[in-house]
Amino acid sequence: MSMRQEQLPDLTDDMFQPADIDSSKNEEIAGESTGFWKDAWRRLRKNLGAIIGIVIIVVLSLLAIFGPMMNEYSYHEQDLMRAKLPAKVPGLENVGFLGLNGVDIRGVDQYEAKGVDEYFWFGTDEFGRDQWTRVWQGTRISLFIALAAAFIDFVIGVAYGGISAFYGGRVDNILQRIIEVLVGIPNLILIILFILIFEPGILSIILALAVTGWIGMARIVRGQVLKLKNQEFVLASRTLGASDGRVIGRHLIPNVLGQIIITTMFTIPNAIFFEAFLSFIGLGIRPPEASLGSIINNGFSSLQIYPHLVLYPSIVISLLMIAFNLVGDGLRDAFDPKLRK
Amino acid sequence: MEKILEVKDLHVSFDTFGGEVKAVRGVNLHLEKGETLAIVGESGSGKSVTSKAIMGLIPNPPGRIKEGEILFGGKDLAKMSEKELQSIRGSEISMIFQDPMTSLNPTMTVGKQIMEGLIKHQRLSKTEAKSRAIELLKLVGIPNPDTRVSQYPHQFSGGMRQRVVIAIALACNPRILIADEPTTALDVTIQAQILELLRDLQEKMGTSIIFITHDLGVVANIADRVAVMYAGKIVETGTVDEIFYNPQHPYTWGLLGSMPSLDTSEEELIAIPGSPPDLTDPPKGDAFAPRNPYAMKIDTELEPPLFKISDTHYAATWLLHEKAPKVEPPEAIKKRMKGMASSKPTMVTKDGERNG
Amino acid sequence: MGRYIGGRVVSMLVTFLIIASLTFFLMKLLPGTPFNNQEKMSESQIQQMNEKYGLNDPVPVQYVTYMTNLFKGDLGVSFQQDGRSVTTIIGERIGPSAYLGFQSLLIGTIFGLLLGIIAALKHNTFLDYGSMIIAVLGISIPSFVIAGMMQYWVGVKWGMLPVAYWEGFEYTIMPTIAIAAAVTATIARFMRTEMLEVLGQDYITTAKAKGLTSTAVVIKHTIRNASIPIITIMGPMVVALMTGTLVIEQIFVIPGLGEKFVSSIMTNDFPIIMGTTLFFSILFIVVILVVDVLYGIVDPRIRLAGGK
Repeated sequence: MSMRQEQLPDLTDDMFQPADIDSSKNEEIAGESTGFWKDAWRRLRKNLGAIIGIVIIVVLSLLAIFGPMMNEYSYHEQDLMRAKLPAKVPGLENVGFLGLNGVDIRGVDQYEAKGVDEYFWFGTDEFGRDQWTRVWQGTRISLFIALAAAFIDFVIGVAYGGISAFYGGRVDNILQRIIEVLVGIPNLILIILFILIFEPGILSIILALAVTGWIGMARIVRGQVLKLKNQEFVLASRTLGASDGRVIGRHLIPNVLGQIIITTMFTIPNAIFFEAFLSFIGLGIRPPEASLGSIINNGFSSLQIYPHLVLYPSIVISLLMIAFNLVGDGLRDAFDPKLRK
Repeated sequence: MEKILEVKDLHVSFDTFGGEVKAVRGVNLHLEKGETLAIVGESGSGKSVTSKAIMGLIPNPPGRIKEGEILFGGKDLAKMSEKELQSIRGSEISMIFQDPMTSLNPTMTVGKQIMEGLIKHQRLSKTEAKSRAIELLKLVGIPNPDTRVSQYPHQFSGGMRQRVVIAIALACNPRILIADEPTTALDVTIQAQILELLRDLQEKMGTSIIFITHDLGVVANIADRVAVMYAGKIVETGTVDEIFYNPQHPYTWGLLGSMPSLDTSEEELIAIPGSPPDLTDPPKGDAFAPRNPYAMKIDTELEPPLFKISDTHYAATWLLHEKAPKVEPPEAIKKRMKGMASSKPTMVTKDGERNG
Repeated sequence: MGRYIGGRVVSMLVTFLIIASLTFFLMKLLPGTPFNNQEKMSESQIQQMNEKYGLNDPVPVQYVTYMTNLFKGDLGVSFQQDGRSVTTIIGERIGPSAYLGFQSLLIGTIFGLLLGIIAALKHNTFLDYGSMIIAVLGISIPSFVIAGMMQYWVGVKWGMLPVAYWEGFEYTIMPTIAIAAAVTATIARFMRTEMLEVLGQDYITTAKAKGLTSTAVVIKHTIRNASIPIITIMGPMVVALMTGTLVIEQIFVIPGLGEKFVSSIMTNDFPIIMGTTLFFSILFIVVILVVDVLYGIVDPRIRLAGGK
C-alpha cells in the first residue's frame, strides 16, 4: 500500500468542481433486450452443426420430392436387360476413385457388357429398376412415415401430458398409472406385435410407431407443466384473475414449446430408424413400394457383388439421421442454454 | 506484527465472449499473523476472485493472473507451478466456501473428505487420519463425532455441514484461512454460531483469516481490519474502528448507509443508486463516480490515488485532496456511526479487549 | 429398502401379466394360421394340425391353458419344428445372443466412458469436438449400415474378418462393433454432460482447495460422481441391445434368439414369437428393477430416502 500522492500531476481547482453526472444513465440496460425466440434463433444460427443439419435436411427433402422426377424411369419399371448395373454418372464417370463409371467390382463395365447406353446414377437393382428413383422414392416414404409418426406423437403426447399435469389429482393419477404399465412393456415388442396384426404397410407402420412413441412426449410435457404450474409467474397471473385458457395459452404453452420441439426433433430420426428396422425383420413396406430400410434390406442379399445397392440408400439414411440429430442437439442448446456446457 | 501474506498490484482478468473482464484491477493488501482481515464489497467487486487468486484456484482458461505478486513465506504464489500450489493448498492456506449444501461431495462420507487432506499433506495412515478426523469434528462442535464421521453430507444440517467444511479447512493447521462468505447461506442464528466458532478456533490455533463478506454487520463482529472493494479495486482500508467511525470514501458511506440496524427508521436507509460498472470496459477515472453524489470533474478523468488518513487508514477518493471541497458524510450515516459506537460493545462478546 | 423392492416386484409381476395377456390376444387377432400358407398341406391336414395344437378351442380356454402353462415355465411348442418346446429352443438360442449382448455392452460402456471423460476434461478443445462428432455419428448411423459397410470392406474387400456365421472369437468382432457403436455414443454423450455438470460443482473446488492433485480430483470426486447416473440409462440401453441383436444376427447369420425371432415372424410360428416376446419383456422388466435397486445402493442420497 504505497503512497503515490507525490507523483501526481498538477491539479487545477476547477477539476474539483462537482461533476454533472446523469444518474439516470446508470439504470439503463446496455444492449437491446431479446425475446426468448429471438435469442434461441440467434444461438441456433451460431451452431455450425445445426446449420449443417438444416442444410442436409433441406437438400434431402428437395431430392425426395423432385429426385424421382429427375429422370425418365419410374420406381417400379422393370427391365431385366439392364438389371444390376453399377452407378454411372455423366461427367463423374471419368473420375476413377468415385466408382461412378459403371464398372462393377470385378472390373467389368456392365454398361458395355449389357449394351446399355443410358446412365443410371445410382445403378439398377436385380429387376433393372432405377436405384436413383427408388432411393428418393424411398426417402420420400421414410420421411413421410417419420413425420406422420412424430406428428401423432406430438398431438397425443401434448394432450395427454398437458391434461394429466394441468388437472392433476385423480385424473393425473389414473393417466400416470396407465403410462407406468405402458412403459414397462418394451416398445420394440409392442411395435412388432402391432404390425404382425395389421398387414405391414405405411399406415400400420405409422400407427405402430405412434402406439408407444407418444409416451415420451407425454412425460416431458407433464413434467414441464407441473414445474411451471407452481412457479410464481403463473400464480401471479392467476391471482390477477386469468382464466385457465389464458394461463395455458400465455404461460404454459410458450414455456413448454421449446421442450416439445426438441422432443419432436429427436422423434423423427428415431422413427426413421424404426421403420428401417422393421424392414429388416420382415415387417416393413411391401414391394413394389419401397422405403430406405426395405431398399437396404433387399440390397443385403447381394452385398458382396453389388455393394451399390446398399451403399447409396445407406448413405442417404445415415445423412438423414445425422442431420436430424444435429438439428435436435442444436435446438436443445438453443432453447436451454443451461444444458449447454 | 509479522506480515504473512502480501498481495501486490494484483490484476486478474477473465476472457469471455464479450471481451476481457478485468475482475481485479490492481489490488494491494496484506495480512498479519493472527489477525482477521475482512474484504467487503458488492457482488462482482472482485473480492471472491482475489481470494481464489490467492488459492491459485482461478480457472484457467478463462481466467488468468495478468500482473502482480502474491507473496507468502517469501515465495510468489502467482508464479508457482500447479504442483507447488497443491502442496500449499489445504496445508498452509485453506478455504471455506459460501454454500455448505453444495461444497461437500454428496457421495463421500464426511470422514473421508476430511481425511483426504490429512493423508495428502501430513502423510498420515488411514487409521491415524480417521482418528484425527474425529478429533476435528469434535473441535468444530459436532456431537457424536464417532458415528458422524462415517455419515454422508446429506445427513447433516446446513450449519453442521459448514462446521464440517471448516474441519476440512483446518485439518492441517493452515496458517491462513480464507472464508468466502461462510455465513451468507445460513440462518441468522446459525450464522452467529459459525462466527463464534471461527473466532474461537482462531484464538486456539492462531490462524490468520481473510473473511470475505458483503455484510458489514458480520464485519463488525469478526474483523480486525477491513478492506472495502469496488469494481476490482480496494477503495478504502483501515481498522474496524476507522472504517465504522471515520469512513472517508463515499462508497463506504453508502455501504454503511444501506445497512439496516435496529434504531434506523425507514427513510434513513440510503440505497446506493445504480449498479457496478461493466468491467469489460471500466470507466475512465474513478469507477464509482457515476454513482457518487459527491463526484467532481476530476473523478471522471483521473483515477484517485490512495490518500493516507492514518498509518492504518487509507482511502482512494479525490475528496481527500487538499483542493477538494470539504464534504461531510450524510447526516443519517453520521447518526448511524454514533449508534454504532453505542451498540458496539454489546456486539463484541468474546474479545472485548481487542476493540476496547 | 426391503419393502421398496417387494413393492417393485409386485408391480413387475402385474406388468408381466399384462404383457403376457396382451401378447396372447394380439396373436389371436393375427390373420391366418401358421399352416395355411404351406401348399403341400391339404385342408384336412391343416385341420389335424389345428386340432393337435389346440387352435380349435374357444379363445378363453386357450387363454387359461396358456397362462397356466406359463406359470409352470412352459411356453408351448413350436409349430414348425416338430413340436419342440419353445423353452428348449430359447435355451439353445440364447447363448450367442447373450454373448453378443454382453460383449457389446462391455466394450460400448468402456469406450463410451473413456470418450465422455476425455471430452469433458478437454472441454472445448479439438479432443472434445472430435469425441462428440464420433458420438453423433454413432447415435445417428444405424447399426445395419455400420454392419453392411464392415461386411463389404473389412470382410469382402480386405478379407480381414469373416463376413458371417458364428464359429469363434473373430466372428464376434464385427457384430460387436456394429452393436457397440450406439452404446458407445450414448454413454459418451451422457458421461460428458454429467462430467461437465460435476466439474462445475462447488465440491470440486473444495477438493482442489484441499490441495489434492488434479488426478485425484478427477478420479475420486469427478468420475465417481459422474458415472453413478449412467446406471439410469441402462434400461434404454438393454432395449437398444435387443433391437441391435435382432438385426445384426440376421445380417451376420448368427444362430441367436433374435435371428430365431425374425424367422418365426416370417413363418407365423406363434409360440416362438410369443415366447421370445415374453422373454425379452422379462429381461427388460428385470433390468429396470435391478437398475433402480442398484442406483439406490450406489447413491447414498437415494439409499437413505428409500430406507425411510
